[in-house]
Amino acid sequence: MNGRPLSFRESALLGLLGLAGFIGLWSFLSISGIVPRQFLPTPLDVASRFAQLLTSPFAGATLPVHLASSFRRYAYGVLLAAGIGVPLGLLMGWFRLLDDIVTPIFDGLRFIAPIAWVPFAALWFGTGIGGPVMIIFAGAFPPCLINAYRGARFVEPRLIEAGRMLGTPSSRMILEVLLPAAIPSIIAGLRVSAGLGWQSLVGAELIVAAAGVGFLMVQAQGSVQTTTVMVGMIAIGLVGMLIDVLLRQGEAWLRRRRGLEA
Amino acid sequence: MGSISFRNVDKVFGPATGGVKALDDINLEIADKEFVAIVGPSGCGKTTCLRMVAGFEPATSGVVSVNGRAVTEPGPDRAVVFQQFALFPWKTVRQNIDLGLRNKNLPIGERNDLIASALKLMSLESHADAFPHQLSGGMQQRVAIARAYVLDPVVLLMDEPFGALDAQTRVVMQEELVRLARRNPRTVLFITHAVEEAVYLADRVAIMTRRPGRIKEVLDIRAIREAEGWDSHARIEDVMDLESFVHLRTHIWKSLREEKDFQHV
Repeated sequence: MNGRPLSFRESALLGLLGLAGFIGLWSFLSISGIVPRQFLPTPLDVASRFAQLLTSPFAGATLPVHLASSFRRYAYGVLLAAGIGVPLGLLMGWFRLLDDIVTPIFDGLRFIAPIAWVPFAALWFGTGIGGPVMIIFAGAFPPCLINAYRGARFVEPRLIEAGRMLGTPSSRMILEVLLPAAIPSIIAGLRVSAGLGWQSLVGAELIVAAAGVGFLMVQAQGSVQTTTVMVGMIAIGLVGMLIDVLLRQGEAWLRRRRGLEA
Repeated sequence: MGSISFRNVDKVFGPATGGVKALDDINLEIADKEFVAIVGPSGCGKTTCLRMVAGFEPATSGVVSVNGRAVTEPGPDRAVVFQQFALFPWKTVRQNIDLGLRNKNLPIGERNDLIASALKLMSLESHADAFPHQLSGGMQQRVAIARAYVLDPVVLLMDEPFGALDAQTRVVMQEELVRLARRNPRTVLFITHAVEEAVYLADRVAIMTRRPGRIKEVLDIRAIREAEGWDSHARIEDVMDLESFVHLRTHIWKSLREEKDFQHV
């Protein structure tokens, strides 16, 4: 980076300029017929289809209903990942033995991308709620575990010594020393998890037979409705951005609170 | 009852052969209710001595024991006051002091009484519900001392406890510790590099050499203090003006100085 820092207004303007350029190029390619309209509908086509899908059903449901059922799977998957990953990470940070047992398995498994779990998840957990939740879980789990573990391992050694000197048993040490010390790291991990979980969603919904944005997109692809596929993509992008913004706000709020307390 | 004993203690950091020898044949007996200070240049291993009594570090050879039992792990019978306080930032003053009592499974009524008396002892009553970061360094160290005292430990281990405080606060804390120690004597191992602090506080002062650390000399202060009536002076500066104090201080300074000069030869 060089030059003077940009003001908020300038950088917002540049962002808008980029967006306008992108939409302009898209419109040009589509309207001019360089790319057949069947494969690249105009932005306006996509926008009006978007508006239409808000109220009229496609593949059995309207867009908000598809989104709601996606979100439910997503929430189960991410909550499960946090519920298992954070406690396990903290335990591994305290018990050396557990660390030595789990780390090699975990290091091997975490390089299997969530989408690579799809066939296995379908076989084991079915295409109802179980399979998709498992795939989202596979995407969201590693940052939960890694960040809780790192947070617990990098607690100031003096605090561990103080706790041991006070005769603190392991359970209390984990809950009252490691956990509070690891909170910033855990929160950062949860935010990454939430993003990765949402990104795993479409992969998860490839095997879903009922509802969801991914399901909507797969159905639209089957009947060569590019416009509807693109609506699904945009919906995923928008909801993902919304989740990230909300979690950032939550993180900032927590930081402020801790800033006052700690 | 709380005696501390170092018998032929060596400490080597790193591999047993080719590691850094930090302590060389340390022998020191600290009697029950005796206040012993170890002074020495930075890096001489004085803090390592304390950490071995606390159970944070094992001796490479030799035995460190408390009340005749070899130390194997940390425990509330050997309370530590750290230089950097080591208070839990997410716990209030009261909660910091309470943790050790909860670990002893004492009933809440008894805990509250003990906390109240510890707060009173260290003049912290009005800060019971404050978080550590809301307190000055001196106040934080009072909390750490209260947290250690409330455990009623067999021995109290203080690792340069006033090293991180400003000069004025330091003097106040030293005077307070003297009052505390004389009113409620207990076995204290006190680590410092400040000669005056050691002479003012301790019954005996052990002088350590540079790495590898050895105990070069142990001075008995108590006999002189009692003969010269140091404790009748409320202020540290009055004690520091006494000829007997100056004499001891100079003696220790010279002893430490020989160490330094030896390094340059």
